[in-house]
Amino acid sequence: MLRSSRVLIATASILLGLVFVFPLWRIELQAPQYPEGLGLLIKISDITGVKKHDLQNINGLNHYIGMKSIEPDSIPELKFMPVFVAVMIAAGLLVAATGNRVLLYLWVGVFLIGSVAGLVDFWLWSYDYGHNLDPTAAIKVPGMTYQPPLIGSKQLLNFVATSWPGLGGLAAMVSVGTGSVVAVREWRRARRGPEATG
Amino acid sequence: MIRTTKFAMGLAAGVVTLLVAGCGGGTPIGGNGDAASAVYVAPGDYDEFYFFTSGGFSGQLGVYGLPSGRLLKQVPIFSQWAENGWGYTEETKAMLETSYGFVPWGDSHHPELSQTDGVIDGRWLFINENNTPRIARIDLTTFETAEIIEIPNSAGNHASPFVTQNTEYTVAATRFSVPTPQADVPIDSYKENFSGMLSFVKVADNGRMNIAFQILVPGYNYDLSHSGKGPSHGWSFFTSYNSEQANTLLEVNASQNDKDYIAAVNWMRAEECVANGQGERWASNYVHNYFNDQHIAVSDMENGTTVITPATCSDMVYYLPTPKSPHGVDVDPSGLLIAAGGKLAAVIPVHSFTKMITAIENEDFIGEVEGIPILRYESIIAGEVQNPGLGPLHTEFDGKGYAYTSAFISSEIVKWSLETFEVVDRIPAYYSIGHLSIPGGDTREPWGKWVIALNKVTKDRYLPTGPELAHSAQLIDISGDKMRLLLDFPTVGEPHYAQALPASLIKDKQVQIYPIEDNHHPRATKREADARVEREGRNVRVYMTTIRTHFVPDNIEGIQVGDSVFFHVTNLEQDWDVPHGFAITGANTSELLLMPGETRTLVWVPKRIGVYPFYCTDFCSALHQEMQGYARVSPRGSSVPISFNTP
Repeated sequence: MLRSSRVLIATASILLGLVFVFPLWRIELQAPQYPEGLGLLIKISDITGVKKHDLQNINGLNHYIGMKSIEPDSIPELKFMPVFVAVMIAAGLLVAATGNRVLLYLWVGVFLIGSVAGLVDFWLWSYDYGHNLDPTAAIKVPGMTYQPPLIGSKQLLNFVATSWPGLGGLAAMVSVGTGSVVAVREWRRARRGPEATG
Repeated sequence: MIRTTKFAMGLAAGVVTLLVAGCGGGTPIGGNGDAASAVYVAPGDYDEFYFFTSGGFSGQLGVYGLPSGRLLKQVPIFSQWAENGWGYTEETKAMLETSYGFVPWGDSHHPELSQTDGVIDGRWLFINENNTPRIARIDLTTFETAEIIEIPNSAGNHASPFVTQNTEYTVAATRFSVPTPQADVPIDSYKENFSGMLSFVKVADNGRMNIAFQILVPGYNYDLSHSGKGPSHGWSFFTSYNSEQANTLLEVNASQNDKDYIAAVNWMRAEECVANGQGERWASNYVHNYFNDQHIAVSDMENGTTVITPATCSDMVYYLPTPKSPHGVDVDPSGLLIAAGGKLAAVIPVHSFTKMITAIENEDFIGEVEGIPILRYESIIAGEVQNPGLGPLHTEFDGKGYAYTSAFISSEIVKWSLETFEVVDRIPAYYSIGHLSIPGGDTREPWGKWVIALNKVTKDRYLPTGPELAHSAQLIDISGDKMRLLLDFPTVGEPHYAQALPASLIKDKQVQIYPIEDNHHPRATKREADARVEREGRNVRVYMTTIRTHFVPDNIEGIQVGDSVFFHVTNLEQDWDVPHGFAITGANTSELLLMPGETRTLVWVPKRIGVYPFYCTDFCSALHQEMQGYARVSPRGSSVPISFNTP
């Protein structure tokens, strides 16, 4: 691996650490009665409101349409994800330290699979919350489901739900993107022959 | 329909124009359009100032926005307020306790904002109760009454609750002199037995009030007050009338002397005398009410005040002769001029603080009353404003060298110069103006944009509403040379006085919810799972929660006729502007209105068997109409056990 590749992988690994500081995703809700907005922050190990009581208030409103209460303690991903990311940071630093190309491919591969799996899982989770509604709910609108979009805005009854990656999510994307670009570059260099490898 | 409306509006505009032209002396056509834009606050926009008006005989406080004149809130203080349970609920009843027992009504007069360095600071608002002498303190982060202290040895607490420059003290004084301490004496022994009292109430850093000392003074009617500022800091001034000491038909008998007095009190000197032990300890019982850390009002019976007299503490009180039955005593922003509203006088006398000090040093006295030297009028007067209108009452200042005095009888505001003491402008008030108010107009730094007339009579100003008509406030632009009427709006109760502050001082400090984790009410229910019903002899305690959109429990059985059922209701909401209410059939009390995170208690004594609904009274959500429950009442001695449901 080139020295620059190793530096880039080390940087990408450290950058990934930002997911412990900033949320992965934000879902913001606006309604006529909530000009100040309500919002959820999807963090690596927790789901919280943007404001102190937003989660409680969103759960309170959601019970009218039969959505399950969002209870961060009962979401296993929030326990698993920090471990996965910590391992990925350590492994990335190991790749940078050793300069081992096979380890690099492996790291990028696992990181990509993990990232895609995370997004799919998030989508499935929001699908479940938005579709799996209590049949005894007070407000039932035929054909209406309440899954917020992964990215972008959507009208859900009186609320406009807007969803986009948080700083942590963006950091993870830049990190996995950097890893992928470095892996492709190293793979091309390796294919051109041993004399080109360093 | 549309054509009719347009026609009517056109007609109305024409009439308004005519009126303005007629009254304003040649306001150009369309001039009222400017007035409209000057007070227009677009939907969704905020007013620039909060405006606090005393409720007068309502006992409460009105809160308006300026310049729109929109009513924002009424703060219950001295009167029970069934709308939110003030003075009815178990948690607030104690606020209306006095040494005479529970008093359900009061007469609130003068809102006074706290000051630091002579400038409004937005911490608290004080207001006096005239009838059963008290002072209340309103917390400006919650707009709730936080504390009420009774003033003993006083009667008619009118010259109150004006603060000193750093809110060291808020004052109280006797408008109706009485035997002090109270005694069973003939009323016509007034001259021998009746006295007034000037009370200084210390305000602690956290706002808590206590009566520091009281000054026993001759039995006149002490009417209004203001404290010195800047160079006159350390002094307080009280007007008095009835120096004739009449005890009957005061309208004639108290209007005979050419001059009455302003009492100038050197309160720093009074502090010295008290510190030197020159005061006398009187056994005076009075009640002090405040919220404890459980957000429950408690009443302490206090005992004893320190009373000092001018005879034993020299250099403390001086009388400034002042024509004639003066009402307001108003200190200009420099702290050097003291304007008096001699309500039967032909001039507005303006005393000079500097000359007053010189006269005191020169002992330029013309006499003495009960140890109080009377200064020579000619030696202390800075100027007399000629032709100030009839019945000058009260003066405030714009900070730009002018004073504005209300004239009750001629129903107008006169603007005069603090340099020349000449009237430079006048504008009618509709009708019979009492006090007036300029934002910060009694402080060192007024916001001299408007003067607001506070009127007693409205007659033909609004759509008539039977015999009882609204009082009013009139917003008048004082930014230019000529005063200009912009708006008038009806007020709640009687606005004896009002003060205003810039919204930016307190707007962002408003409490939105009470955090449930900080709710220390001993009977709070913080989770639905803890809701329950318990019998304690003839008392039944219901520990109930509310959250959109249900009560827990909402089915209660086992109550018997004649039980005292305590509904301890906790609003679990932690969302702004989501109060819930609670009411039950036949309760001989008000509803509960519960702010988010708050616990309040309603006591219900069912008189008849049956099943009685209870429900939420504040439209809280889409399913508000479903927010209800039932309480079953069985005969006395019934075997139906206490039962209730939880989720």
